[in-house]
Amino acid sequence: MSVKTPGGAMDSPKNHSAGVVSLDWEEAPRFRRTMSSKRWAALKESAIRAFFQASGILTILVLLGIFATLLATAVPAFREIPVSEFLTKTAWDPTSPEKAEYGILSMIVSTLMVTIGALLLAVPIGVGVAAYLSDVAHWRVREIVKPVIEILAGIPSVVVGFLGIVLFAPTLAKFFHTGNGLNALNGSLLLAIMALPTIISISEDSLNSVPAAYSEASLALGATRWQTLARVKVPAGLSGIIAACMLGMGRAIGETMTVLMATGNARAFPHGLLSSVRTMTADIAIELGEVPYFTTHYYALFAIGLVLFIMTFSVNLVADVILRKYQEREP
Amino acid sequence: MKERTRKSLVQFLGFFMLRAFLFLVLAVLVLFLYDIGSKGGPAISWEFLSQAPRRGMTEGGILPAIVGTFLVTVVTALLAVPLGMCAAIYLNEYARQSRLTRLIRLSIRNLSGVPSIVYGLFGVILFVNVMRFGTSILSAGLTLGLMTLPWTITASEEALKAVPNAYREGALALGATKWQSIRTNVLPYAVPGMLTGTVLGLARAAGETAPILFTGAAFYLPFLPHSLKSQFMALPYHLYIMATQHHAILQVRPLAYGTALVLIALVLGMNLTAVIVRYRMRRKHK
Repeated sequence: MSVKTPGGAMDSPKNHSAGVVSLDWEEAPRFRRTMSSKRWAALKESAIRAFFQASGILTILVLLGIFATLLATAVPAFREIPVSEFLTKTAWDPTSPEKAEYGILSMIVSTLMVTIGALLLAVPIGVGVAAYLSDVAHWRVREIVKPVIEILAGIPSVVVGFLGIVLFAPTLAKFFHTGNGLNALNGSLLLAIMALPTIISISEDSLNSVPAAYSEASLALGATRWQTLARVKVPAGLSGIIAACMLGMGRAIGETMTVLMATGNARAFPHGLLSSVRTMTADIAIELGEVPYFTTHYYALFAIGLVLFIMTFSVNLVADVILRKYQEREP
Repeated sequence: MKERTRKSLVQFLGFFMLRAFLFLVLAVLVLFLYDIGSKGGPAISWEFLSQAPRRGMTEGGILPAIVGTFLVTVVTALLAVPLGMCAAIYLNEYARQSRLTRLIRLSIRNLSGVPSIVYGLFGVILFVNVMRFGTSILSAGLTLGLMTLPWTITASEEALKAVPNAYREGALALGATKWQSIRTNVLPYAVPGMLTGTVLGLARAAGETAPILFTGAAFYLPFLPHSLKSQFMALPYHLYIMATQHHAILQVRPLAYGTALVLIALVLGMNLTAVIVRYRMRRKHK
């Protein structure tokens, strides 16, 4: 059984020891057998490695697959709807018997409005809580509070939406004297609550990784703890905090069930935080169940999905770049 | 002296504000849990947990939804857990700093940011249409599995990172191959941590609604699913229906609260188990 190998590292130990082995006639066959089992072991090792590598590469394929699928299914929509019209018109009425309208600007604005409203609330509170946990709180408090905030992150979005209907909507309706309380503000409040755990935990990590020497220098110069926190630590950890907020924003843009249940879903262009709005995610959720497959309307819904994907992807990518840069700076 | 009192006043007010923020967040959580608990509690009975909905879902229980969510989560786990572990083993044990590794990590981070409804769209095309699984437990579970994948990978990698390098080196020094060292000296210590981390991901998947809207969840099925190819009722989708789509929303509100309580208990129960186990293990490691 002669084993041929296409040169390389495998051959050299065999050739090298061949002279030694030839002294002992008894040893020769056994030697050959161990060689081939070594070869077999090496083969097995590289097969195992390839197997694990394949499952790693699969993640790239899934991401590409999602993008390619959305693109391929969205493109037929643009045979009938000009891209400029799709992105800039405010009227969305795909089932109109006279003239179907496919403009998603109202939805884009609704999504952004609800998201920005959520961030206005979640960023100061989230960063504040992170600062408190990293700088002020006793470690015992921190040990208890951190898992509790994880619980908040664990509440399913459909339950948060339900609470928007039964808890927040009546309160908002009474307070602002408007209809049923299902509006952009309600959605913003709920999304803020949902974005908080992300913002808190990543901001806190970033504050914790500010070198202790910074605070010590500041305190040694006579600054109070508050001044040190507000003017030294937070600015030093700012890139991580910004990244945390971007990740929270990506969450809020892509959230479906909460806004679907709490914002009222009117198709009109939004006038303010108290108007009923329909976001991009909510529109897909409402209409995909009823639309016949492979019609322009169906393709148009995938086109909304594509726009959504591109928006969240860009936001996350920017957050990622900021986080990487800031980690590289760390020793 | 005056300057100093001003400074300490500012500090007092500042810290007071931060503490108020923390209390606000905790108060919201307590409010949420109290509302669901106090109004959902009375709806829970043995009948509610063990029967199918009756009379246009105005009476009866949620058994099909519980079973449906359980089955879907099993399919999700079968896809996401082994795949997540394998990818994590590659990233932590085999991969070197290369362009491919960076690309894989970038994909994982971005996958975790893809909106859940977009996973739903992907599932409609890939599993329902291309693979012809139809709207079924299988399609919904696989869709959720893809969504859970980035979380299980990250969690598994954390667990692998916690295993000291000396364990690996010890095996390698004795002549073990790479895989032998991983199998005998790394995995036994990492698998418990990997599993608790993945349970957290599965809990999130079990509570998701958007990805299963179009891949298999059914409005109302009075019987239990009999195969992986059948449609199913799911707890989160059932709550959505009971809260917004039912013809007598106010009449069924107690049932909606009951469903919400069961869903939250399920998800938080899974979470809590994982967190407690992880906490115990951390202490043991120290």
